[in-house]
Amino acid sequence: MLNKDNKTDVIVVGGGPAGITCAMLLAKSGKEVVLIERGLFAGSKNVFGGAIYTQPTKEIFPDFEKEAPLERRNIEHNFMILGEDDSTTISYRKDDNVSYSVVRGKFDRWMAQKAKEAGVILVEQTVVRELIKNGTKVAGVRTELEDYYADVVVLADGVNSLLAKQIGLRKEIEPKDVALSVKEVIKLDKDTINQRFNLQDGEGAIGEIFGGPMLEILGLGFMYTNTDCVTIGLGITLDDLIECKYRPFEFLERLKQHPKIAPLIEGGTLKEYSAHLIPEGGYKKIPQLCDNGVIVVGDAAMLVNNLHWEGTNLAMISGKLCAETIIEAFNKKNFSRKMLSLYEKKLKDSFVMKDLKTYKDLMDIAHQRKKAFMGYYLRKINSFFEMFTSVNSVPKKEGYHKFIKSIFTDRKLSELFKDVWALIKLVWSILV
Amino acid sequence: MNLDKKLYTLKYSPDTQSHLNPDSEQCKTCVSRNCTYICPAGVYEWNEEKNELIINFENCLECGACRIACEKGCIDWQYPKGTKGVTFKQG
Repeated sequence: MLNKDNKTDVIVVGGGPAGITCAMLLAKSGKEVVLIERGLFAGSKNVFGGAIYTQPTKEIFPDFEKEAPLERRNIEHNFMILGEDDSTTISYRKDDNVSYSVVRGKFDRWMAQKAKEAGVILVEQTVVRELIKNGTKVAGVRTELEDYYADVVVLADGVNSLLAKQIGLRKEIEPKDVALSVKEVIKLDKDTINQRFNLQDGEGAIGEIFGGPMLEILGLGFMYTNTDCVTIGLGITLDDLIECKYRPFEFLERLKQHPKIAPLIEGGTLKEYSAHLIPEGGYKKIPQLCDNGVIVVGDAAMLVNNLHWEGTNLAMISGKLCAETIIEAFNKKNFSRKMLSLYEKKLKDSFVMKDLKTYKDLMDIAHQRKKAFMGYYLRKINSFFEMFTSVNSVPKKEGYHKFIKSIFTDRKLSELFKDVWALIKLVWSILV
Repeated sequence: MNLDKKLYTLKYSPDTQSHLNPDSEQCKTCVSRNCTYICPAGVYEWNEEKNELIINFENCLECGACRIACEKGCIDWQYPKGTKGVTFKQG
């Protein structure tokens, strides 16, 4: 389809939400775009927790609720705080259409199909091995089979982005800046899921899991309901995983056996096991986002808001802003870093960078105080409810006094002051 | 449930050549051997007798954790060829 020089307007590397969005919007504006995906099909190498977000997805695919392969519309968030063998759950339920559970192998494939319909040339089963440079400008990509050239190359090649590293847009990733996630998709029949999660057909529930086997380490669990399966998984920062010397799937096995979780998945059969890295470095670890002839989007640019379980939306919006920038660059026939830095400006003006900036200190503080915030206080919440619900002929006042006293005597007092200080710092950094 | 049963749920199209190539000399002096427990697919095993890593690359989930966790930073980590490696249907 390309001319004999294998030259096109734009090459996008990676068929995930960021790459597909960018490629499709460029094709819609009349650009010739080649989207290169290394998997058998778009989505076949992609793994996430489980939900895509309605508003940002609509921005890119206005009719996706009618057309896309969706599993369930999430109507409930369950914040599960797990102790060793007890748990406290805060549940928020409202059918306000914020997100849908999807399976990436189906959903990404559907998005790629929409991109193809818009005119994108989708090249699957092809790995880009390196970027081709012409002087200081990225001029194309070298795949296993042939070289392709373009005015702009978009790197949407995911969290490992070997290509961004190759051209020095970022340093080597450190273990504390990524979480290793493992998950299982467990088959259960639809009615059982409806019953266990208190849902009607088409409605879904999300579990956000704190503690349990991940007490005192920087890790969170997640649970999503699909039409006829339940997803359960967890993500643990790589440095903590290295430190505690457990295998990641052993954490998952222990989570599945927790008394809060086990009844929800009982009798199910494992449909698929998977693993993926989550970029969690946050604002401070965002790489250089563009250079002459090249832009970085999505996970490759570390655009994940881990506190709010957001990633696919940031990916899509970054892909959109990247496409807008490239259209502008074509108008001016200028593909220099200076011109493409319009993308950086657009990101900065959007919620994407604003949110990441809001939480810029979160991971530093979380690393410093993880034993307290991911361990001690989670246990404390559970022990409060243990006290509150116990019926043991002990006067309630004694129970309260004992609980309050324990906060000051469980640990060194200095720990409490450090926590309060960390909390003040965190709240200040978020709100001011 | 053991790891083999988990991996059995996946569709693989293994290559004949490994896409994971640690520097075997550096592995001999590695203290932590993070790769042997960090990997979600148990790709790396240490063979005491031969004093070398066994690399079950055909089980790789292509997450990239080993490359980042390696204390020597010595794993030459590439994506498998376009038609090879793991395929997730339920990601």
